[in-house]
Amino acid sequence: MVDVTLWAGLRPFADNQEVVRVDARTIREMLRKLEERYPGLHEPFRGQVAVAVNGVIYRNDWSQELPEGAEVMLMRRLAGG
Amino acid sequence: MSSIAVSTTINDDDVEFLCQPDETLLDVLRNRLGLMGAKEGCGTGDCGACSAIVDGRVVCSCLVLGAEAQGRTIETIEGMANGSELHPLQRKFIEHAALQCGICTPGFLMAAKALLEVNPDPTETEIRFWLAGNLCRCTGYDKIVRAVQDAAAEMRGENA
Amino acid sequence: MSFDAAYQDQKLKSVGTRPLRPDGVDKVTGRARYGADFNMPGQLVARILRSPHAHARIKSIDTNRAEAVKGVKAIITAADLPDLTNGDAGTYAILDNCMAREKAMYDGHAVAAVAAIDEHAARKALKFIEVEYEVLPHVTDVDAAMEDDAPLVKDDVFTTGVEPAPTKPSNIANRAEFGHGDVEKGFGAADVIVERSYKTEQTHQGYIEPHACVANCNSDGSAELWVCTQGHFVYRQNCADLLGLEVSKLRVTSSEIGGGFGGKTHVWAEPVALALSRKAGRPVKLVMSREEVFRASGPTSATSIDVRIGATKDGKITAAEATLRYASGPYADMWAELGAMTSFACYDLENVKTVGLEILVNRPKTTAYRAPSAPMAAFAVESAIDELAHKIDMDAVDFRIKNAASEGTKSSYGPVYGPIGIGPTLRAAKEHPHMSAPLGKNQGRGMACGFWFNFGGQTCTDLNVNADGTVTLAVGTVDVGGSRASLSLIAAEELGIEYQDIKAVIADTATLGYNDMTDGSRGTFSTSMATISAARNAITVMRERAALTWDIPVEDVYWEDGHAHAAGAKHDNRAPLSVKELAAEAGNTGGPIAGHSELVADGAGVSFATHICDIEVDPETGSSRVVRYTVIQDAGKAVHPSYVEGQYQGGAAQGIGWALNEEYIYGEDGRLQNPGFLDYRIPVCSDLPMIDTQILEIPNPNHPYGVRGVGETSIVPPLAAIANAVSNAVGVRMAHIPISPPRILAALTDAADG
Repeated sequence: MVDVTLWAGLRPFADNQEVVRVDARTIREMLRKLEERYPGLHEPFRGQVAVAVNGVIYRNDWSQELPEGAEVMLMRRLAGG
Repeated sequence: MSSIAVSTTINDDDVEFLCQPDETLLDVLRNRLGLMGAKEGCGTGDCGACSAIVDGRVVCSCLVLGAEAQGRTIETIEGMANGSELHPLQRKFIEHAALQCGICTPGFLMAAKALLEVNPDPTETEIRFWLAGNLCRCTGYDKIVRAVQDAAAEMRGENA
Repeated sequence: MSFDAAYQDQKLKSVGTRPLRPDGVDKVTGRARYGADFNMPGQLVARILRSPHAHARIKSIDTNRAEAVKGVKAIITAADLPDLTNGDAGTYAILDNCMAREKAMYDGHAVAAVAAIDEHAARKALKFIEVEYEVLPHVTDVDAAMEDDAPLVKDDVFTTGVEPAPTKPSNIANRAEFGHGDVEKGFGAADVIVERSYKTEQTHQGYIEPHACVANCNSDGSAELWVCTQGHFVYRQNCADLLGLEVSKLRVTSSEIGGGFGGKTHVWAEPVALALSRKAGRPVKLVMSREEVFRASGPTSATSIDVRIGATKDGKITAAEATLRYASGPYADMWAELGAMTSFACYDLENVKTVGLEILVNRPKTTAYRAPSAPMAAFAVESAIDELAHKIDMDAVDFRIKNAASEGTKSSYGPVYGPIGIGPTLRAAKEHPHMSAPLGKNQGRGMACGFWFNFGGQTCTDLNVNADGTVTLAVGTVDVGGSRASLSLIAAEELGIEYQDIKAVIADTATLGYNDMTDGSRGTFSTSMATISAARNAITVMRERAALTWDIPVEDVYWEDGHAHAAGAKHDNRAPLSVKELAAEAGNTGGPIAGHSELVADGAGVSFATHICDIEVDPETGSSRVVRYTVIQDAGKAVHPSYVEGQYQGGAAQGIGWALNEEYIYGEDGRLQNPGFLDYRIPVCSDLPMIDTQILEIPNPNHPYGVRGVGETSIVPPLAAIANAVSNAVGVRMAHIPISPPRILAALTDAADG
C-alpha cells in the first residue's frame, strides 16, 4: 500500500485529491490502478509522467518495485539540454 | 554571370578552378575543391571557423572572394599535418582535450599556427587576444590556451 | 537479462584515466564530417522563406512565378506538410514551428521553402514567392504579454492549472505550483525578509555549427537523412510522424555534431528537407545561415521572477517564495514549471512555495538550453540568498551551508533526497584558496549554487568482439563532447582489456535499437550502463567458450583481468585464455562473440555545483572582467576527468556570457535586431581567465561505478555568481541580466544620484 502524491495539474482528474492511496507493488501496477479508478488520468499519463520513489526519479522503469510505505510522487516528464 | 578562372597554390599544390565572381573562398574550398575542413559558422567573419592562411596571414575565408586567390599561397587545415605526422599543435589539442565538439578546431589550429610563426613564445594574454577572432562554445577556452602554450614550448625545444 | 545497476565500491583501472579521444585525429585534421560536410549525387540546394512579421495571418501564398525560375525543382508550403499529428499538441507545435500554417507566429517563422539546382536559383525563387500577410498586433516582452490588454498570441489558449478554469483566453498558458509548509507562517517567524524582482533576457545556445541536413526520399517510400542532431532516433520518430513515413524505412545517420546544448533535441528544418526531396524526387541539402539559427531556432526563455525569502537573525531560513514567469515563444511547454521546480532545490526549507507561469510571446519557440530554466531561477534565488546573508551579517557560504539540503531533506519540488552533493560542494568552496584570496581595487567576489536533474532513459548498445580480440562498441547516443572516449574506458574496464583495443562508434538508426537522445546529462551515464551490461553479456559468452575449449562446466570458469580462468586445482591449473585467444577460436566454438544490451537507465539522481567568481568593474565605463573563476561540482565518478573538466569549464563560460553580454534585442516592430555573432556577443578567448575546476566524487548509488551526469549543472550557478560578484564590487544590487556595461553604468549613476 502506498500513498501517491499527484502534481497539481492531475488533481482535477482525481476528485481534486492531492494524495491517493493505492495497493500496488510496482510503478506499472500503481499507474494502471490509478488509471482504472480515474480514467481522466489516461491522457496525462501518455508519455508525460515520471515517478519519484523515495527521492529517485523514474521516467521509464515501470517495473521498479514500490516498497511498503514508500514516498511516491507523480511528476511531469522533464525536458533536458 | 560567367565564371572566372583562377590559378593558385593550396597546401603547396598548384590548383586551378573556376568560380563565380561573388563566390567566397570558403565556398570554393568546400564546394569546388572538396576541402571541407574549413567550416561555415556565420558567413560574416565573426566566428573564425573558416580560418585559412593566405600569404602568411590568417583570414576568414568567408570574407575572401574565390577570385582573390589568384596567384596567392593558401594554407588550410588539410595541409597542416606532414603526411601522417601531426603538427605539434594538432597533437597538443588532442592531448589537452582542447576540443569537445570540434567544429571550431580547424579554425583555432590555423590561427594558432599563424601566431606561433610570428611569435614563438607568446604570453597567455597574447594567445587570448590573438585567438579572440575564433569562437568556441564548448570549452571555455581554458584547455585551448594550455594546448597552444604547450605546443609553443615543444616547438621551441623546451619540453621535447 | 536482468542487470544490477547498484553501485559497487571497487578499484578501477581504466575509468578515471585520461587517454586520447578516438575521434581526435579526425577533428584536428579537418576530416570529421559534420552536418554540412556530406553530399549526395544530384542533390539540390534548399532555402527557406521566413516571415518578416512578428505576428501575421497568412492570407495566401502564390508560388507560380517562383516555380518558373530556371533551376527550381520544388517549392513547398504548409499544404505540403499536412497535419498528421492526431491531436498530439507537442507534435503539432513542432509541425507548426517547422512551417507556419494559418499564422506566422514570430519574426523568422518559416512560410515556404525552395529546392533548386544551386544557391543562386534558390535565392532568386525566394524573391518571387508572393505571400499576402494580414499583420496582427504582437507582443514580445514577457511582462507585457501578461497585461490585460496584451495582444493574444493565440486566441484558443486558456490558462491550465487554475481552478475554476478561465473562460477568457490568455497568454498565460499554464500555472504550476510547488512547495510545502505554510509560507505566511514562516515569514511571520522571520527577523529579516528580502524581497526583490529580477529579469533575465533571452539567450541562444550559440552552437557554432548551424543546423544542417541532407534528405533523400525515394519513390518506394524509403528515405534517408544525414543530420547534425543530439538524437537521431528521436529525429527519425519526429520526421516519420510529421511526414507519414514508416519508421523502419527512414534511416537517419547522425553526423559529427558541432554543438547542441539542447538546441538540437527536436527537428527544425529536417521535415522541410524531406518534404522537398519527396516533391522534387531528388536529394536535398538544407543548411541554415547563422541569421536563421538566431531568428528561428533554439533560444531559451526570457524571464521575470519575484523572490521573497525570510530568515532568523542566526541564519535559519524560515520561508521562501517565488513567482516565475517564463516566455515560451508561441508554443506552451513546461519551462516555467522547471524553473519553479529547481529554484529552491539546494535548500532544506520548512516552508516553501513556487509558482511557475508559462507565457506565450511572439518570439521563436523556446527550446531546451543546458539545464533548461534552472539558471534564471538560480540567478534570482541565489541573489536574494546573498542579499539576505549580508542583511543578517553572515558569511554567504556559511549561510548556505546552514540551510543546505542533505540526505533526507524534502526537496522544494516534492521528493525526499538520497545522498546528494550540495553540502560537500559548499564546504569545498569554503576551504578553497580562491575564497580567501585578496581582492584588488574595484573587484568583487560572488558565489552561488546550482541544481539540475539528470536523466537516464532508453538505451541500447552492441559490443562485438572481433577476430583479433579487439572490440567494436556501437552506441546510439550522439557524442557531443567526448563520450566515445568515456564509453571505451568503461568497456575496457569491464572486459579487463586495454582502452586502445576498443573502438566506439555511433550507430545509425537502421543498425541499432532505439536510443533516447543525448540530453538531460544522460549520454555517458546511461550509455555507460548499457555498455557495462553488454560487456557482462559478452563475458558470459566468453566463459561459455572457454568452458567448451577446456571441456569443463561453465560454472568452473570465472572472468578476471581480461581472461577466462579455470577455477581450482581440479582443472590442472590451466593457463587462462585471453580475449584474443577466445576470439581467434570463436568460429569453432559457436560463432561470433558479442554482447548486447537494451535497458532503461533510470535512477540518474540529481546534481549540484558551487561556483566562485571574482569580477573587476571599471566604474568609468561600466565594463567588467572576470578575473578568476572556480567550479566545484559532484561528478559521482569522473570517467574521463579531462572531459568532465571540459563540461564544467564550458558550462561556466556559457553562463558568463549569459550573465554579462548575451541577449536577444527586439525592436518595437517585433523583429530581432541582433541575429549575428557580431551583435549577439558570446565570450571570446580574451574575455575569460583560466577556469579552475574541482571534481568531487560522491558515488551515485544507482550506477555500478557511481557515475552521475555532468553536462548541464555547470551553467546553473554562473548568472548568480556573477551578479553577486558585480553587486559586491559596485555596492548596488544587480537584478537584470545581462549585466552589460550600460546596465552597470546606469546602476552606478542611479546610486550616485540617489
